[in-house]
Amino acid sequence: MSLETRVHWRIDPAFSLEVDLALPSDGVTALFGRSGCGKTSLLRVIAGLERIAGAEVSFRGERWQHGRQFVPLHRRRVGLVFQEHSLMPHLTVSGNLLYGYKRTPESLRRHHPDEVAAMLGIDALLQRPVDRLSGGQRQRVAVGRALLGSPQLLLLDEPLSALDTQTRREIMPFFSALAAQADVPIILVTHTPDEVQAMADRVVFMSDGRVDRIEDLKQALARPDSPLFVDSGAASVLEGTILGQSADGFVRFGNDRVELLLQLDKTPKQGISRLRIQANDVAVSRRPLDQISVINQLPITIEGLEQWRPGRVLLTGVLADGQRLCAEITEQSRNTMNLAVGESVYALIKSVALIN
Amino acid sequence: MLGLSPTDWQAIEVTLRLCVYTTLILLVIATPIAWWLAGNRSPARVVVQAIVALPLVLPPTVLGFYLLIVLGPRGWIGSTLESLGLNHLAFSFEGILIASVIYSMPFAVQPLTEAFSNLGRRPTEVASSLGAGLVDRFFTVILPLTKGGFVVAATLTFAHTAGEFGVILMLGGSIPGETQVLSVLIYDHTEAMNYESAHRLSFLLLMFSFITLSVIYGINRRFAIAKL
Repeated sequence: MSLETRVHWRIDPAFSLEVDLALPSDGVTALFGRSGCGKTSLLRVIAGLERIAGAEVSFRGERWQHGRQFVPLHRRRVGLVFQEHSLMPHLTVSGNLLYGYKRTPESLRRHHPDEVAAMLGIDALLQRPVDRLSGGQRQRVAVGRALLGSPQLLLLDEPLSALDTQTRREIMPFFSALAAQADVPIILVTHTPDEVQAMADRVVFMSDGRVDRIEDLKQALARPDSPLFVDSGAASVLEGTILGQSADGFVRFGNDRVELLLQLDKTPKQGISRLRIQANDVAVSRRPLDQISVINQLPITIEGLEQWRPGRVLLTGVLADGQRLCAEITEQSRNTMNLAVGESVYALIKSVALIN
Repeated sequence: MLGLSPTDWQAIEVTLRLCVYTTLILLVIATPIAWWLAGNRSPARVVVQAIVALPLVLPPTVLGFYLLIVLGPRGWIGSTLESLGLNHLAFSFEGILIASVIYSMPFAVQPLTEAFSNLGRRPTEVASSLGAGLVDRFFTVILPLTKGGFVVAATLTFAHTAGEFGVILMLGGSIPGETQVLSVLIYDHTEAMNYESAHRLSFLLLMFSFITLSVIYGINRRFAIAKL
């Protein structure tokens, strides 16, 4: 546990932020909750943008705020990416990218500007004034700029929410790559389950200025009442690698124990990826079926059968590699099939989305 | 030249010196005040705002009177200076400089506050996160992005100082080469029925003010001078 934050902040008479939070300083942590739940305020306290009396923040044993001691933001080496346009309008793309780089001692620099520009696909834009960039390009430059400051912690405040769906889909892979490659702990403030599922390793659920619970993504997706399911229903996230192309043109995804065939427009880059599978896109059968349009049929062991919505049951199964897969079935099906915990069945997966 | 007498030239020199010093000092003082005003929402803000704006509504004689009391030989600042072996500040250039700084304060603070409010905190927050300290942020982010505000503040301060009369007459009197500025000399010329000299200097000031305001409007239309 090495990012510790304790804060009691009465933001206005009707709302206060009361948080005592300890997080591991690796991977991607999502602060998830509705607008106004205090997640951005918490992020600002962690960054040192708000100096709240009595708050305590420490990172990897370094006291950022404690009693009267307060390390100002410019000495914390924290990267920030905001929701909206935050590039410096008087500088070009390259001026923005290098702003933090120039201020980072050489011994602490971990990235080269060319490498970051290439990774984010902005190498052709370097000499452009920032007001001639699209929304997605701006956010990529903002991320590159933060990375080139070689931060020891990266804070992203709803970095995608000002973008339209199309642009978001385009730049999501960059953020996912960032999460996987940047080698720096990331805290992501978001109210979008998609972003959590695509990027996060753990989720801090917040509401009304408080932390409700902290869960690994897998745990968070394993319970039917997860707040992540409020918008679009229950879903599972499977991790795996792109294994290549099958003889009949499908993209093979998975690992040595579990393999799915995906139909994609283009073959994605090799590497760790995530799939999202909506629970209501999964059916179960007692035995594998031929003569059916569903290609992906995976054996699972039933781990849980929970009443969910009226007349609906959420079935949680364990795949051969230990990952979990949820299926939404009717109560009637459960009864006629006489399903019980511990039994082996086949999950018939009708559609998947590659989210990362 | 221009039919101006040596006294006139001396007054112009004092006036320019007063304007330049006042402007430089005020830019230094007004910047932090304006920054604080632009980002603060506490009740203290209202008080500071009111104090800064006081010279806009106060008769110059009132301000001049109190400054004379405080800075003069029997005032606490004046007498402290005298007990240290220095001169009190009434009827001196330093005295009218202090008076000008206070009297022109709103003309520097208000355009800067507006510029800083328009800028918002985001650019400096980003710069901090990228390792820029306070001074660094000021010169690489705030100044380049609020140039217009600084130009307007400096020009207005300069022009307003050139037009000061009441405060200076109250505190500084009319000592040639020390406190006799253009506006005071025009008054002296008029008193002496020397209308031709008064007219020359008045016309000079009129043109100066007109050109200054035209320049400000030309530079930045967003700053509404009418508000000041």
